[in-house]
Amino acid sequence: MPASLQLDGLGKRFGPFWAVRDISFSLEAGEVMGFLGPNGAGKSTTMKMLAGFLTPSQGSARVCGADVVGEPMAARRAIGYLPEGAPLYGEMTPSGLLNFVAGVRAMRRPERKARREWVAERLGLAAVWNRPIETLSKGYKRRVGLALAVLHDPQVLILDEPTDGLDPNQKHEVRQLLREMAAEKAIIVSTHILEEVTAVCSRAAIVAEGRMLVDESPARLFAGEPPDLVFRRLTLGAGA
Amino acid sequence: MTVLRIAKRELLSSFASPLAYVFLCLFLALAGTLTFYLGGFFQRGQADLEAFFAFHPWLYLLLIPALSMRLWAEERRSGSIELLMTLPLTTAQAVVGKFLAAWVFTGLALGLTATLWITVNKLGQPDNGVIAAAYLGSWLMAGAYLALGSLASALSRNQVVAFLLAAALCFLFLMSGLEVVQGLLRGLLPPGLASALAELSFLTRFEPLSQGALELADLAFFVLLIAAALTINALLVEMKKAS
Repeated sequence: MPASLQLDGLGKRFGPFWAVRDISFSLEAGEVMGFLGPNGAGKSTTMKMLAGFLTPSQGSARVCGADVVGEPMAARRAIGYLPEGAPLYGEMTPSGLLNFVAGVRAMRRPERKARREWVAERLGLAAVWNRPIETLSKGYKRRVGLALAVLHDPQVLILDEPTDGLDPNQKHEVRQLLREMAAEKAIIVSTHILEEVTAVCSRAAIVAEGRMLVDESPARLFAGEPPDLVFRRLTLGAGA
Repeated sequence: MTVLRIAKRELLSSFASPLAYVFLCLFLALAGTLTFYLGGFFQRGQADLEAFFAFHPWLYLLLIPALSMRLWAEERRSGSIELLMTLPLTTAQAVVGKFLAAWVFTGLALGLTATLWITVNKLGQPDNGVIAAAYLGSWLMAGAYLALGSLASALSRNQVVAFLLAAALCFLFLMSGLEVVQGLLRGLLPPGLASALAELSFLTRFEPLSQGALELADLAFFVLLIAAALTINALLVEMKKAS
């Protein structure tokens, strides 16, 4: 059985600039990896390659055995992806957009109905179910984005800043949801909130200047030190 | 199936904004004005719609870019392209789906001008076969304008730029058949080349269609142009989606 997620020397170059270089790791169901790093470190670029939005310049990535370049449809079917900033079709309603995505993902009617009800309940979308997305608050928009990512119950979840813009209660809800889903899925979450990593993740990866510096369990990485101190030391070098 | 889902979403979305209604009203108002005033519908004293169809190349030049401009530019500006293009669908499916939505919408606008068709039947005995054929030809030509407009829309994330690019592109395909331009071209280019360019013109190609003569060569011209423009469109989306 192939790993849920397998990256081998994955890299992306924009012109002369390497945004991501030589990232390798594998992730199994039951693991949650926290993706940490300064802005512009290459976190989003890596996630975009895994989701099939960007083509890697070097290396390869496999999702449940399917190569993201060679078998893009199989890879995309196995993935739920929340893009950075959770872009949505503003003129549509959550209900309409979920229906569209369920249709493109070829979900059958009974399954579609059950999953729609599940995301509406778990992400608290019932109150805004039929309102145009552009009229919703940032927190609701983010949750609609999350709902689209988890709708088809994917084996791999790639979430780019899923708790950005949520209030503390909503953050708690989303973390709760991630912990629940973690048992049977492989999940990557990027975040700027270091406590989130300790709270949800079983692995913490720090990325800076396109390279992966650390891949450890949060307990060992932070080892009782204040997380932001560790983060600064690793990403700015020993002098900071 | 996926293509139809994309087309349906796109079509429903266009009706969610006032743009669709403004477009339909403007289309009908302009089509009517051109036919009755510039076309001299009544003065002609003939029970046909030639005065109506003759203006379609010019009507589309102004209005179709307004319809096509948001197809890809808006996806890229809002970032929703990242949502769309990470779903299990191909770029070709997305391009064709969006094009179909806009084409069906144009068909609707064209269908609403059927009041003119009814009018002309009240006034006399027109050749309805000719009119039906001209409608079909006009819709096909609208598809060519749309495909070029969709291509232009993939070039910029700014809708105004997309509009102007589309209008410029369509204008080139119009102009090459104009008598004035042809006269100039014949002086500058070898005669074979000048007339070859005329063959590529919407005006030259649409004229027989507007009179109800559905020539295979003219129909094939528009179909091939649509296919070529959409192919380039898909390549542009691939190249530009992440920038």
